[in-house]
Amino acid sequence: MTDTVQADRQADFERTIERHDRIEPRDWMPEKYRATVVRQVAQHAHSEIIGMQPEGNWLTRAPSLRRKAILLAKVQDEAGHGLYLYSACETLGVTRGELTQKLIDGRQKYSSIFNYPALSYADVGTIGWLVDGAAICNQVPLCRTSYGPYGRAMIRICKEESFHQRQGFELLMTMMSGTDEQRAMVQESVDRFWWPALMMFGPPDAESPNTAQSMAWGIKRDTNDDLRQKFVDMSVPQARALGVTLPDPDLAWNEERGHHDFGQPDWHEFAAVVAGSGPCNAQRIAHRKRAHDEGAWVREAATAFAAKEA
Amino acid sequence: MTVQPEWPLYEIFVRGKRGLNHVHVGSLHAADDEMALRHARDVYTRRNEGVSIWAVRADLIVASSPDEKDPLFAPAGDKVYRHPTFYAIPDDVPHM
Repeated sequence: MTDTVQADRQADFERTIERHDRIEPRDWMPEKYRATVVRQVAQHAHSEIIGMQPEGNWLTRAPSLRRKAILLAKVQDEAGHGLYLYSACETLGVTRGELTQKLIDGRQKYSSIFNYPALSYADVGTIGWLVDGAAICNQVPLCRTSYGPYGRAMIRICKEESFHQRQGFELLMTMMSGTDEQRAMVQESVDRFWWPALMMFGPPDAESPNTAQSMAWGIKRDTNDDLRQKFVDMSVPQARALGVTLPDPDLAWNEERGHHDFGQPDWHEFAAVVAGSGPCNAQRIAHRKRAHDEGAWVREAATAFAAKEA
Repeated sequence: MTVQPEWPLYEIFVRGKRGLNHVHVGSLHAADDEMALRHARDVYTRRNEGVSIWAVRADLIVASSPDEKDPLFAPAGDKVYRHPTFYAIPDDVPHM
């Protein structure tokens, strides 16, 4: 490729980004842009797939047929979301097999939140309300991300995610109108999930090395701290409606800023969970690897059948 | 773990309801055509999104290249007379 052609392509790319237009799979893009989108979309896809596990444990223990049907539909959605995102990621020239292998080898990450266990059925509600709520905060702006296939996958996901949050909130409301013991279960669950939910937005802006470039390229549309603030502001009235206390002594309305002030999550804990020493990291990956290995014969049989029919 | 060859990639198109075109919704891998349709139903139509699905092997699609966009689409750019707004018609002429 001559230098002029290369310069033209670079300029084309930059103009597209400036217009807030979308980059599509076969367009020329800087290698670093491609790598950044692959990293973010893969991490997102892995989060959806690993995210099936904490709640999946409760499928056979749901308290009623209604709750079981809801939870099944929700967990099935997470699988679907993972597939939308893997297929978006594959348009950048990586294969599904490669992505799965990197997840299992620990070379690509998933959201730290899924390394916390779901200890009671109230957690199914709290995960829907807070974890899916935080995910929605993160994901709605991503519908306008600069990489076309990623944005389109996010639009589908956001449409479906709203059911996840509402079923969780409704579950918690039902428990809050029950016995003292049930109310205590909800509060205990919220106490455990509040801080990890705040960590879902990633490290503070000052310590987020990729944010500036990702925003310049339109891959990310908001900073971690802005999204975290938005989530806190949304959650406070919801917690009040539910009748639970958010476990942060520093949480208070700041009239001047027009936002809530709030405390910082334990960033050492966050770093430790990301580095692999959260309560469930090893279990999550071992389970994913086992499911992949135990499914091998199904994939082989389908391939053999297709070859025979062809 | 054995590294297996990937199943072929299919592009999936869904007709939302009668009277509408099939629209591209995404892609998936399947061992054969029948499995592609079944997976497409599970992945892309969990909420009554469609009444009909097309699954097309991605390697059978012929596509224009982004590099050709100038020679391919530029000829349409300078033919403004193909658009109704090119023609000035007095405001008091009705139904036009």
